[in-house]
Amino acid sequence: MSVTGVQGEERDDFTKRESAQMRGRSLRLLGSLLHPLRWRVGLAMLVVVVSTGAQVAGPALIAIGIDRGLPALLDQDWVPLAATGAVYIVTGVVGALLIAWYTVLSARISQAILIDLRKRVFLHTQKLSLEFHESYTSGRIISRQTSDIDAIRELLDDGINQLVQGVLYMVFTAVALFAVDGVSGLVLFVSLVPLAVLTRWFQVRSQKLFRQSRVASARMIVHFVETMTGIRAVKAFRKEKRNEAEFGRLVEEYRDVNGRVIQLFGIFDPGLVLIGNVTVAIVLLVGGFRVADDQLTIGALLAALLYTRRFFDPMEEMAMFYNSYQSAAAALEKISGVLEERPGVPDPVQPVDLWTARGEVRFENVQFAYKTDRVILPQFDLVMPAGQTIALVGSTGAGKSTLAKLISRFYDPTEGRVLLDGVDLRDLHPKDLRRAIVMVTQEAYLFSGSVADNIAIGKPDASLEEIQRAARAVGAHEFIEALPDGYDTDVNKRGGRVSAGQRQLISFARAFLADPAVLILDEATSSLDIPSERLVQEGLQTLLADRTAVIIAHRLSTVAIADRVLVMERGVVVEDGSPDDLIGGTGRFAQLHAAWRDSLV
Amino acid sequence: MTATSAHPPHAPRRNTFQTLLRLYPYAKPALPRIYLGMVAALLAGLVALAIPQVLQRLVDGPLSHRDARDIWPAVALVLVLGVLEAVMIALRRWFVLTPGTHVEARLRNSLYTRLQDLPVTFHDRWPSGQLLSRAVSDLNLIRRWISFGLVLFVVNFLTIVVGFAILVAMNWMLGLIFLVCSVPLWVYGYVFEKKYSVVARRSQDQAGDLATAVEESVHGIRVLKAFGRGKYALANFESQAESLRGTEIEKARAIAGIWLWLLLVPDVAFALSLVAGVWLAGQGDLSVGELVAFFATATVLRFPIESIGFLLSMTFDTRTATDRFFDILDAPNTITDPAHPLTLAEPRGELAFNDVHFRYHDSPERFPDLLDGVDLVLQPGETMALVGLTGSGKSTLTSLTTRLYDVTGGSITLDGVDVRDFSREELRTHLAMAFEDATLFSASVRDNVLLGRPELAERSPEADAVLAEALQVAQAGFVHDLPEGADTKVGEEGMSLSGGQRQRLALARAVAAAPAVLVLDDPLSALDVDTEALVEEALRRVLASTTALIVAHRPSTVMLADRVALLENGRITAVGTHSELLATNEHYAFVISSLEDEERRESRRLEDSL
Repeated sequence: MSVTGVQGEERDDFTKRESAQMRGRSLRLLGSLLHPLRWRVGLAMLVVVVSTGAQVAGPALIAIGIDRGLPALLDQDWVPLAATGAVYIVTGVVGALLIAWYTVLSARISQAILIDLRKRVFLHTQKLSLEFHESYTSGRIISRQTSDIDAIRELLDDGINQLVQGVLYMVFTAVALFAVDGVSGLVLFVSLVPLAVLTRWFQVRSQKLFRQSRVASARMIVHFVETMTGIRAVKAFRKEKRNEAEFGRLVEEYRDVNGRVIQLFGIFDPGLVLIGNVTVAIVLLVGGFRVADDQLTIGALLAALLYTRRFFDPMEEMAMFYNSYQSAAAALEKISGVLEERPGVPDPVQPVDLWTARGEVRFENVQFAYKTDRVILPQFDLVMPAGQTIALVGSTGAGKSTLAKLISRFYDPTEGRVLLDGVDLRDLHPKDLRRAIVMVTQEAYLFSGSVADNIAIGKPDASLEEIQRAARAVGAHEFIEALPDGYDTDVNKRGGRVSAGQRQLISFARAFLADPAVLILDEATSSLDIPSERLVQEGLQTLLADRTAVIIAHRLSTVAIADRVLVMERGVVVEDGSPDDLIGGTGRFAQLHAAWRDSLV
Repeated sequence: MTATSAHPPHAPRRNTFQTLLRLYPYAKPALPRIYLGMVAALLAGLVALAIPQVLQRLVDGPLSHRDARDIWPAVALVLVLGVLEAVMIALRRWFVLTPGTHVEARLRNSLYTRLQDLPVTFHDRWPSGQLLSRAVSDLNLIRRWISFGLVLFVVNFLTIVVGFAILVAMNWMLGLIFLVCSVPLWVYGYVFEKKYSVVARRSQDQAGDLATAVEESVHGIRVLKAFGRGKYALANFESQAESLRGTEIEKARAIAGIWLWLLLVPDVAFALSLVAGVWLAGQGDLSVGELVAFFATATVLRFPIESIGFLLSMTFDTRTATDRFFDILDAPNTITDPAHPLTLAEPRGELAFNDVHFRYHDSPERFPDLLDGVDLVLQPGETMALVGLTGSGKSTLTSLTTRLYDVTGGSITLDGVDVRDFSREELRTHLAMAFEDATLFSASVRDNVLLGRPELAERSPEADAVLAEALQVAQAGFVHDLPEGADTKVGEEGMSLSGGQRQRLALARAVAAAPAVLVLDDPLSALDVDTEALVEEALRRVLASTTALIVAHRPSTVMLADRVALLENGRITAVGTHSELLATNEHYAFVISSLEDEERRESRRLEDSL
């Protein structure tokens, strides 16, 4: 078992060494987030220290007022009392103003940290390979970026503030108490022992529960998101009732863990109050006798009592800090785990530029396997000369898409290399790679935003004319114009109103706009109706004239525009030749083609 | 972004109190324990206020007489009161613990139930990120407010009132100073509400939008990767995150403002009270013990006074969270069960469209209805192919049959009964659909395929037979090669399966449901030719006894059908067999046969060349 990256994320039985490993990476992440902000953090610290000092002055000033001001006043001397009152007001004003300033300062810091973290996770997620996305599942990666970051936000917004202010407050109060009356200070010091025991007990007990609570909430979130994104299927198959039961179970599981977490607080919090109140009573006892013996003034006793009582005030809120700290720590462990995942398809260290690609694709000794025991593509060599249009044919699962994903570098080969114009794809600068090679998949995902925005993904700086030209080229212009707001129509959630065929046309237009040297179409026309497909194919004939193209299609009509046909079976290219030759022959393709022709009658 | 369109424009304005009151039905079962929690908390507060009274007696009595023996009982009393306070706090926690979590669970379940009940049009409008932030963080906040915020808010307020009364009773002048000083607090609190609730709501909405952006970037990862647009997506995400940051800092400014007052006011009050108190003591109007008790009491009151600000902002946050919760619960549901649903014991499977009209509610005036008077009758057992251009409304028409949308005119009947007169549950038992984009749930293959057959006992022989049959019809033999066969869990949305595999499972699911009417939306589009031929052959057997409506783009799919209906300009313009239509209808030939013709020419050319 290992806890490197996202492994073991759902466990809650880590060994000491594993916990330390995870804590270590969390701390490193935190350090790297804080580093650029160190000066601002320093300023905020200074502000809060001064402010807390000012806030803590109060009881000491009251003691001075009673012990010095009152006797002086009896001698008709107003000065000590007036001075004490004035100082009190000044410390109050300074303390309050600075704490307000500190609130804004710390918000700026925590927002800077959050935005940094959000961007890092977002960017890293984008960099991680498709393989990672497929195995880690989108639900989990979404909760890393939403609920986990929320947990950290809560810690930064409230938790840290409470901790910093609370700790400083306690330290300053203790110092002031020692200054006013050393004996009371010692009593307070002794009270730290039960305080530490209680806190430690709480820490140990809560750690496990918090982790469980996050796992429970993640499960709930996954189920929720899945229901909402698959709402049509839910309704069509009457899954609502069963979903309710399942979701209810997950909610109850989460509620139960959460309840146990809160229960811990139910013991911790009153425990703190008990320790505080007992300490106050002891300070009173010890002080009272000394007042009776004239060893201590009444004012000093009052100040000691006030300080002792106030010493424990922030503890309750600091216990809340522990709450947010625990969830944030667990969240940070998971986020740092995702960030620790090295992209399976990493960007090159020393990228090779390829300003203009001709489009020659070459496979050299390539082998691909998900795991060593599951070879998808056994070792092979293949050359796709620049400008050639290749139809990739074969039954489902023959490895066509895998081959396509190797060309577009969604995957890297397990062995051997894939070259574009003689450059290993792994060395090619990502911007050149993505400009040169574009893959259009069957699943034409639309982002929220307008139709024009969605086409412009092919070329973000495209003008509306260019976008329309691309749409015309694939025959999408007409239906887009007929949408409520034409090109400005919001396609909304998961392409809500746009049919699957229309989505494919839009994603085709994207590819046209991107104008790559190598175009890969993986079942990209499967949902088109025949007139649209014919339009697309007419467009393709001109479009593909001067570029390399790999077309995967079950409909063999595509073959008509191909220069060359590759037939794949079980990961192996079994036939390779011109369409006419293959159709005329007696091989696999001839059979497929005959079957397909029959299907048309 | 969609945030603006996502919110109902004419929600009635409610103030904070009225909004929070709407939680009452959900919180009701929890209230007795919450009241008890309040009582316990109040007792804790009162006990804390009693301690200074003991101090006063102690200072003015034993300490001023230098009488050490009487110190013991006073200290013992302070100790007892202190322990009592801790016990009361423990009780408060214990009382409110479970009810709070139950309220949260109840809210969450009813939100989920409601969301599942709301029509597809609602979900088209609301991104799931917005829904998720409501289901998780908003409800979490409401729970914390009910079991913590509300209790402390009420109790701390009462404690402050009692504390003031004690202070005034002790010395009216000192009490008055404290009271007058607190006035700016309440004024500022009011100003704070207005400012803060607006910003808080904006921040929650922006956070929801950001969650949507994250979701899209993950679901659309293939597109972003294919075009190398990770950076571009990041820029988008970044600008949204920046707006959220701006709002959060604005929020912090508002909080800083209230903190300023919350700290300033008590300190100024303490300073003034100190001067006045010592002066009064000098005049002999106040004993030293009373002065001590005054400050001790005022110190006890500091936390309740300071906490009001925090609790106030929590209350306003909760109010916005509650608003967002009810945004969904108040959303009108246009597709509901009839009051007295009809039932069909043995549906024959006659599906009829009678002058069906449909337009999307946001479709502009200038466009005619998408479905503009569709008339079509499917005889029991008949297989009807639906053919038309992309965007002609074929998928929409299929969605109408199971009431994913409702017709805007005319009616659809099953065996003569309007589909709106069935309960949705029954209707969807009689009609099963396979969608073009095959949604699979994160469950085993078995559960996904048997989704429409909840009445079959799990792993019963019948269930296994239905499963095997359905997988056979859909040619989903690949299932047996999966790591755990039919028990393999397919990732959410079936991510780890290919498009063709997902589509076959979706088809198997529709077949397994064994409905009276099968509605298949281009069910074979992602299949290769061999598989498609096999599926068709197997499907023919099923279709022999089942009424079916099949959206078809391909001649091969059309061949499954007894008759074909051509959808053109929102109407069925022709119905007949494939060859009839091919011979007589120009539009039909254009839609379905162009490639075929081309292919014929192609093969003729080939034959000639041979």
